[in-house]
Amino acid sequence: MKKNLITAILMTVATTILLGIIYPLVVTGLAQLIFPRQANGQLIQKDGKVIGSSIIAQGFSKPGYFHPRPSFGGNGYDPTNTNGSQLGPTNQKLIDRVKGDVANAQAENPSSPVPIDLVTGSGSGLDPHITPASAEFQLPRVAKERGTTVEQLRALVQKHTEGRQLGFLGEARVNVLELNLDLDQQFPGNKQAEIH
Amino acid sequence: MTINGWLQILFFLVLVFLVTKPMGVFMTRVFNREKTFMDPVLRPIERLLYRVTGVDEDHEMRWTEYAIAMLLFSLVSMIVLYLMQRLQAYLPFNPQKFGAVNPAHVAFNTAASFTTNTNWQAYSGENTMSYFTQMAGLAYHNFVSAAVGIALAIAFIRGIARRQMQTIGNFWVDLVRGSLWVLLPFCIVGALVLVSQGVVQNLRPYDTAKLVEPMQVPKVADGKPVVDAQGKPVMDTVTDQTIAQGPAASQEIIKEFGTNGGGFFNANSAHPFENPTPLSNLIEIVAIFAIGAGLTYTLGRMTGSQAHGWAVWSAMAILFLVGVTAAYWAEARGNPLLAGTNQHATALQAGGNMEGKEVRFGIANSALFATVTTDASCGAINGWHDSYTPLGGMIPLVNIMLSEVIFGGVGAGMYGMLIYIVLAVFIAGLMVGRTPEYLGKKIEAYDVKMAMLVVLVFPLVILAFTAVSSVHGFGTAGILNPGPHGLSEMLYAFTSGAGNNGSAFGGLTVNTPWYDTTLGITMLAGRFLMIIPMLAIAGNLAGKKYVPPSLGTFPVTTPLFTLLLIGVILIVGALTFFPALSLGPILEHLLMVAGKTF
Repeated sequence: MKKNLITAILMTVATTILLGIIYPLVVTGLAQLIFPRQANGQLIQKDGKVIGSSIIAQGFSKPGYFHPRPSFGGNGYDPTNTNGSQLGPTNQKLIDRVKGDVANAQAENPSSPVPIDLVTGSGSGLDPHITPASAEFQLPRVAKERGTTVEQLRALVQKHTEGRQLGFLGEARVNVLELNLDLDQQFPGNKQAEIH
Repeated sequence: MTINGWLQILFFLVLVFLVTKPMGVFMTRVFNREKTFMDPVLRPIERLLYRVTGVDEDHEMRWTEYAIAMLLFSLVSMIVLYLMQRLQAYLPFNPQKFGAVNPAHVAFNTAASFTTNTNWQAYSGENTMSYFTQMAGLAYHNFVSAAVGIALAIAFIRGIARRQMQTIGNFWVDLVRGSLWVLLPFCIVGALVLVSQGVVQNLRPYDTAKLVEPMQVPKVADGKPVVDAQGKPVMDTVTDQTIAQGPAASQEIIKEFGTNGGGFFNANSAHPFENPTPLSNLIEIVAIFAIGAGLTYTLGRMTGSQAHGWAVWSAMAILFLVGVTAAYWAEARGNPLLAGTNQHATALQAGGNMEGKEVRFGIANSALFATVTTDASCGAINGWHDSYTPLGGMIPLVNIMLSEVIFGGVGAGMYGMLIYIVLAVFIAGLMVGRTPEYLGKKIEAYDVKMAMLVVLVFPLVILAFTAVSSVHGFGTAGILNPGPHGLSEMLYAFTSGAGNNGSAFGGLTVNTPWYDTTLGITMLAGRFLMIIPMLAIAGNLAGKKYVPPSLGTFPVTTPLFTLLLIGVILIVGALTFFPALSLGPILEHLLMVAGKTF
């Protein structure tokens, strides 16, 4: 009993040093060496300043931008408070929230039902993607605001659409932040003054 | 449901099948202390560890000493984790200058949670834990709690395989060899593969990004929204986004491979920094099943009956397929209460119930992940189970209620399954009126009593604590989703705790003294009150004589055995929990179809 207790204490210390300190530091070193961009969060810089991460959503509400999915972590799109809404399927709050968002979305596109991902919160609150269906849904509004045609804009959306990985894994998706940044480059439109 | 969705699910199962034999053979060699190709690197480290800690690697333990060593190690490492959280302000690698984990009951709950391989999280990593606590406290326990689980499963298998011996191995040797040979090398490689997909791995302070479009958010003071004279909310402008960073990949891989499940960030594997792509998702779920599947092969190999190992594997695979089919079906159907939305699967979207799910995973990969993480005692999530449809959310719950024996938690799944196997051969023995035998060992009253103890402790803690919570304010105050869903939230919490799973119906507010304390106790009971009777059976079996199979022996290698085993698992689980399930998810489903909301 006493011998095993001493071993338990020493084993905790020794394995903590090996598995709790050496292992993660070695992995950090290797990761920084081999995949520095990925290991540091795929940050996007503009004029020397960080303006976001390629794989973390930001909020967009102006009509001239594509809108991401709603976020319910912290104040929204907050990587220091990641969360979903946690609302259950029969919760009246969920039903009312979606109803309101559907009404807002349909103000711009009254005839068609809203793609489900555009009015439901993601798991992380940071989902960087929308479905191609949601991008298509928003095309007419953004094209009008940007003073361009739906066809031209669709080509830009397709540029930022990722297909299934290896051809069959996951789902096709559109990266909203990267698309919007490119949108500012390609179609500054008459909104440039307001945006910057 | 789509063809592509099914293709991914079946592809996953094929991968699990393919890793079973190599993992099983490798673990057999490691725990039989035979040569492996990693010895030149690992053997010196192993010897050094024994020298420093005073372990005699040739010493063999009886089951009682094995249990005591395991309990002492768990106790000491749990106390260290508690102290580390409370003292993290004084420790290195804390660029965000986080203070002590407060209040004390959260730190206790977390220490119990990570020591028991549960990884229930009453905190949010990104705003609570320093990098040091994450690495040396939480990720460390991901390793050793997994290694303890594997050690116990191996000890049980030795109990079956050995004849007229009093000992079942050396706990310290099993712990060290499991950590060094089985877990560590895979994790170094796996972590780097995850980084290649976008999982972060750094020690930098959080980055501040200038938002492309500043956001308007309601102003909050003292936790309440501020309103103007007209009663309208006052808005604040947010111009920055703080991007939380950290050594996530090194923890992410062991989180899955050791079926721990505790996320580096609160959003767990839904977070783009923990699970950025469909490929990282696939790696994570294969890692969850890899050891559990491999142990069925180890069972066959060590006991000399490979066909028995595959019979057990088949029972697991069938139960997995039933679960994932039900979850996928329920989630793909979507939520009928959300009018004006398009939930159909088309070429442009996955459709279905997307609340709490990520676009890159869609429905198939979310349902698959939820099934896998609860078949095993992992508890990682890539979407919130609380926002699943009633039946879609019931599948994870039922999986845990069946004691997570479907490939199962590392080690825990195997010894949980062995308890069911003991019951299955006992029942088969009763049916033909003979003393039951299992792989040449007579199963007698003592073994069955101990097995029943394991089977009874589990529902007892779950149902008792859920019942108390549901009739007292301190329990019901935590509910987010009213109606039958509220009962599901509490039932899920205690089931997850007792099953050492760690996933949650996250709407329940659990960082209260009541939930932190009772869930902490539940997790400890769910781990150690099951391990001790299980080790007692192992010790008892090791001492028995070998009885050669005869005509009257019920064969444990046939499809009939597989079916009987599935039957026992379902009957024990269903009889125990059906009443609670019918008041929770089943009732909610019926009301949802009838259009009722809460």
